[in-house]
Amino acid sequence: MTELIVYGVVLGSIIALGAIGLTLLYGILRFAHFAHGDLMTLGAYVVLLLNVQLLPGLGIPEFKLGSLSFGGRMLGALVISMGVTAAVALLIDRLLYRPLRARHSSPIIFAMASLGMAFIIRSLIYIIWGPQFWFYAQDLRPAWELPLEVRLRPDQVFILVLVLVLVVLLYVFLQRTKLGKAMRATADNPQLAWVCGIDTSRVIAWTWILGAALAAAAGVLYGVDAQLRPDMGWSFLLPLFAAVVLGGIGSPLGALVGGLILGVVQQVSTAFLLPTYKPAVAFLVLILLLFIRPRGLFGSA
Amino acid sequence: MDVSGLFSYVVSLAIMGGIYAIFALGLNVQWGYTGLFNIGIAGFFAIGAYTSALITTPLPEGVYATYVQQLVGLDLPFPVGVLGAVVVSGIVGLIVGLPTLRLREDYLAIATIGIAEAIRLIFNNESWLANGPRGLAGLPQPLRAWVEPQHYNYLYLIIVLLTVAVVYWAIERGIRSPWGRVLRAIREDEVAAAMHGKDVFAFKLQALVLGSAIMGLGGALYAHYVGAISPDAFTPLFGTFLVWVMLMLGGSGNNKGAILGAFLVWGIWTGSTFVTDQALPPFFAARAPYVRFLLIGLILEAIILLRPQGIIGEERRVSKLLEE
Repeated sequence: MTELIVYGVVLGSIIALGAIGLTLLYGILRFAHFAHGDLMTLGAYVVLLLNVQLLPGLGIPEFKLGSLSFGGRMLGALVISMGVTAAVALLIDRLLYRPLRARHSSPIIFAMASLGMAFIIRSLIYIIWGPQFWFYAQDLRPAWELPLEVRLRPDQVFILVLVLVLVVLLYVFLQRTKLGKAMRATADNPQLAWVCGIDTSRVIAWTWILGAALAAAAGVLYGVDAQLRPDMGWSFLLPLFAAVVLGGIGSPLGALVGGLILGVVQQVSTAFLLPTYKPAVAFLVLILLLFIRPRGLFGSA
Repeated sequence: MDVSGLFSYVVSLAIMGGIYAIFALGLNVQWGYTGLFNIGIAGFFAIGAYTSALITTPLPEGVYATYVQQLVGLDLPFPVGVLGAVVVSGIVGLIVGLPTLRLREDYLAIATIGIAEAIRLIFNNESWLANGPRGLAGLPQPLRAWVEPQHYNYLYLIIVLLTVAVVYWAIERGIRSPWGRVLRAIREDEVAAAMHGKDVFAFKLQALVLGSAIMGLGGALYAHYVGAISPDAFTPLFGTFLVWVMLMLGGSGNNKGAILGAFLVWGIWTGSTFVTDQALPPFFAARAPYVRFLLIGLILEAIILLRPQGIIGEERRVSKLLEE
């Protein structure tokens, strides 16, 4: 059981990365971004392209890091993938969401457009990489034996550390920088922020950059922990939204806590249910929450 | 392909187009008239198909019992199966609507995705319920004895088109009544509708349940047409996304548009197999289904950006008592 909880925290930290980006987008752009899971998938496959399919052919060696299944080249590919995914998100915003904003479309139209974009991204991934599973590394890595009968792979420790680093960086960005404060102000009240001279289009652009980069990192980390499938992002969609609603829409801290809770609940549920039921478990949590406390555990809006 | 082959191809195309028209009409009640964002159509599709299958098939006996497991097998006639599908889908709609329809409008969207995924997972994993991933086969087809087997599809086409006509007529009647005008008022301005003393939640719930029941009807007709169902058929793409593109292309808020969009998109969807199978280079030909997914996604974005009202657009006149 302890082991399941620890694995749940690993899964939960991945969900949290996606959910933090999703809740920022939700808070600032004010619509449910249904393509968020598929941005995760995209990020994961960009790293596959770079680190497994392109760079080895160019003779760039992997600098192994300790007991991890990957090394420096993989980290470089991760950073590039976060950038590429952010650029793709900005391009989509330019082509799709900006015209809708100019037209003052309702949030539901935005949500529908994002659902269409989810299918477009996924079908492109199917076309390029096919329906099969992919792995970043094939070799089996021994796990560390920890107290309380917990076996943890070094890769999983890496996931936890990287998520922690990204969350701290994001926290400092939102609390300390002018742009971060502008983002929080826009999430609070877009009209007021605009009247106060905040450049809302710049805030929107940075929200996409942050949300997509975090989603890409989440997708890559899931790829490190498990495997790559074209529908991996879709199966993350329910836990992501459940985490966002649990934490209160627009609250990054809430999304972090919500993500961890969802990860633990999903993982522990595998002691009683088939693992394929994980998305359904997330859905059940969400429905219970909507009955009991629809504003989320910490939300007030 | 000879002439008779082409003709039977067109008939099968029309049957599926008609079944999708029923889904699009159900979605039109929810989205087109009431503004409810249901993106779990696949779930109601599956519930309708499986309910009717469990009602109309007999429990497997003898050697079959080792290969096929199902919770019940009532062996009742086709109309009972269809009725059951309508009722159970409506109940599922009620269950989804109760916790979500009082909340933000996008919560319904998330909940409907969730219910559709949960339903597909349950049918896939719980083998005792409806034989798991292998699904159920040998569903009875109505009035099978009336015609030669090779001509049966003509009869089924008539059944489907009659059903489309009845559903169309019923929704048109409803939407031109005071009830239908309240639905549109809620879609346009919820607060104003509430201020006029309308119970917004109750009307939304009625629209959601009615639309879900219609989708269940479509699911039952699908099941008895193909004769064998498995969870694979009820993916978000086939079950949900195609229907959305149909309604958006035809024109949401217009029942004629919903039907037109269903036949048009189903035609594009199946017709594009000829192109993808023959015109694409081998690398892409192997991935042809995904090229078609991409095409459907691009069509939706193009409609949203370029012609949000769809081909026909909504008819503004809502009562025969009003002047044009």
